[in-house]
Amino acid sequence: MENKKRKKWNGYLAAGLFMTGLAVFLGILGYFWTPYSTTAMSAAEKFTAPSMHHIFGTDNFGRDIFSRVMQGLGTTLVISTSVVLFSAVAGVLLGAFTGYFGGILDEILMRITDAVNGFPSILLTLVIISLLGKGRQNVIIALGIVFIPSFVRIVRGEFLRLRDADYIKRARLMGVGRLRILFIHILPNIFSVLLVSVMIGFNNAILAESGMSYLGIGVQAPDASLGMMLSDAQGYLQTAPWYALFPGLAIVWIVLGFSLLGEGIRKWDGSRAE
Amino acid sequence: MKKRLHILFMALLAMAVLGGCGADGTGESSEDTSSKEQNVQETEISEGPVYGGSVVVGIQQDIDSLDPHKATAAGTKEILFNVFEGLVKPDENGNLICAVASDYSISDDGLVYTFTLRDGVKFHNGNDVTCEDVKYSLERAAGLLDGTPLVATLQTIQSVDILDDKTVQVTVDTPNTELIYSFVTAIIPAGSGEDAEANPVGTGPFSFVSYTPQEGIVLAKNENYWQEGLPYLDEVDFKIVGSADTALLELQGGSIDIYAYLTDSQANELKDSFNVISSPSNVVQALFLNNDYEPLSDVKVRQAICYALDKDMVNEFVAGGNGTLISSAMLPTLKYYYEDLNDLYGTSANVEKAKELLTEAGYADGFDLAIAVPSVYEFHMQTAEVVVEQLKAVGINATIDAVEWNTWLEDVYTNREYQATISGITCSDLTPGYLLNRFQTDSKKNFVNFKSTEYDELWKATQATQDAAEKAADYKKLQTILADEAASAFIQVPANTTAFNKNLAGYKFYPIYVQDMSTVYFVK
Repeated sequence: MENKKRKKWNGYLAAGLFMTGLAVFLGILGYFWTPYSTTAMSAAEKFTAPSMHHIFGTDNFGRDIFSRVMQGLGTTLVISTSVVLFSAVAGVLLGAFTGYFGGILDEILMRITDAVNGFPSILLTLVIISLLGKGRQNVIIALGIVFIPSFVRIVRGEFLRLRDADYIKRARLMGVGRLRILFIHILPNIFSVLLVSVMIGFNNAILAESGMSYLGIGVQAPDASLGMMLSDAQGYLQTAPWYALFPGLAIVWIVLGFSLLGEGIRKWDGSRAE
Repeated sequence: MKKRLHILFMALLAMAVLGGCGADGTGESSEDTSSKEQNVQETEISEGPVYGGSVVVGIQQDIDSLDPHKATAAGTKEILFNVFEGLVKPDENGNLICAVASDYSISDDGLVYTFTLRDGVKFHNGNDVTCEDVKYSLERAAGLLDGTPLVATLQTIQSVDILDDKTVQVTVDTPNTELIYSFVTAIIPAGSGEDAEANPVGTGPFSFVSYTPQEGIVLAKNENYWQEGLPYLDEVDFKIVGSADTALLELQGGSIDIYAYLTDSQANELKDSFNVISSPSNVVQALFLNNDYEPLSDVKVRQAICYALDKDMVNEFVAGGNGTLISSAMLPTLKYYYEDLNDLYGTSANVEKAKELLTEAGYADGFDLAIAVPSVYEFHMQTAEVVVEQLKAVGINATIDAVEWNTWLEDVYTNREYQATISGITCSDLTPGYLLNRFQTDSKKNFVNFKSTEYDELWKATQATQDAAEKAADYKKLQTILADEAASAFIQVPANTTAFNKNLAGYKFYPIYVQDMSTVYFVK
């Protein structure tokens, strides 16, 4: 088994780990240190093109775009991590109970998730935001709620599949408690499926957060967020294309990274199972 | 070669057809001329005004009321200017010209105004304007009908009397040399007040066609307009564009023809494909401070904020250096009344002085400040970003709270539940005292809660003054009080940068916040 793993070079996993690793590193670093202040303005350095001093150039207030991309990455990662954590935990709990026990509770909860799924996610988020108000926490709550159904569906399917598996039947016969069956016996077995959907969820959360900030209802200025930078930059597309380019590339980079990582995990899991 | 001739022929044919349409609009004079002559004429004046066509004007926010007496937002008044007219109306040079009235006189004691109605002025519904309509409109605006004055300055009206079928006499209780500026108040058909919101009828160059909330308002040419030859356009569509960025895209995409509130960088981007013109606006942009809010109630804190602001930097970043820096609530274009107070706090930041004042006030460590900014105004939003950074330098931890326009109107302007806001107040008519009026303690428009008995008394005295020179001197004193007491941190009068389609001409810049479409025409 060990040999097999070594033989098969998993390019997806490596590329995914590298890309997300770099993004996460820059994002976390951005919380403690950036090459320049993310808010200090300088009239003299308005719209300087990328150079050795400002590798991503500067924006309309003369702020260093690289520093702001770092801060934006951090913001985006914190928000999407919180969103995924929130919705994954809620999704696993709901999915586990509905999948394992079934019955009327299952029916009701599944119809509710159907209803939530029925709305375009952006629309639903906007509704929740308009009820709660703008700002970082509310974006997390809104996106968290919107993302729950996707996790519920996946987890429920897996629990439904495994609840009649031989080893679970045996555990039941031996008198193992229900919660123990749910979370000690079944949950570890769906871990890889869950991990892949977490990666996909991450991507969606990043895109959704950027979308929210782009619409001006996410993180508020002068804090940087990738979506907001894109939105600010669109007025200067012709005069300062780098302003839109680098935050855009950062979003592509991080989303691609998580996609590759998810794919890599799936492949790695597949080869391990063989 | 053959092809070219063909094209030339087609072009001539098109001109002839277009010329035919144009002649319809101009009416009598050209209709009599023979068709041959007309063809020659058309080729000669093809660069001049052409009648007809429709124009889409981008506007920034929704309309607050279609009732001309109830509308308060400047963004609404700039549109209704095309639909309604008063007895008098402003022109582009800042003077009053006669509109529904053809002549007026004011008695020596300043108490009696006599207006003679112009012959042949018709409402959009086809009815002639009568003295009854004028009486009704003025009484409605002055609150003589139901006790609620809709136009505050007209409250002083005691009675409106009809002398004969062309003459109306207005009696007021106190003389006020500026009251004549308030007779720009719209004249509407008698008894139409209830209906004004749904079906606005006026005498302006364009008549109301339709209004869709969040989308815009459509106006059509008033064929019976009293000014000969105006307007040129058949239809004007005021379209609400979501944001300044959208406006730029829509201009470039050709879905709007005129947009008046460009940022400096947008103007640079449009320079080649549009006619772009700047002129000083009539907006006083400021960091308005709620004088009732705890740290800001201390005059020293407010002064510290004034010292902390680097207005040069704001101007440079946001207005491309085209703004005019100010330190009180008056437009520098009103030279006679304007007092330059920029030396008081300086135009660049004085961090030491600001910190010193904050320490004296007991806020050596600074404080938190939420600045509400109407998010539709890219200009104010960008200013806010710069201001937050400047306040940080003196220890004030400011945050931007971007709010919808309607929320801003309700929470900030009406309910005064805010700490600070960046926005603009406009001089929506030509009254020099318009901008100063709102800073009286009990003024309904005093949304900064400024309180100064000295100011109130001086204002009242000023209003009683009949001597214009004395009045100007008093206005300067009032501005000085506002600056000394730091009623708010006044920043600048931004330049209005307008882009319009290269095929259009005749756009006039007013010293007040209006967009006059009656003189706009297509050149080809």
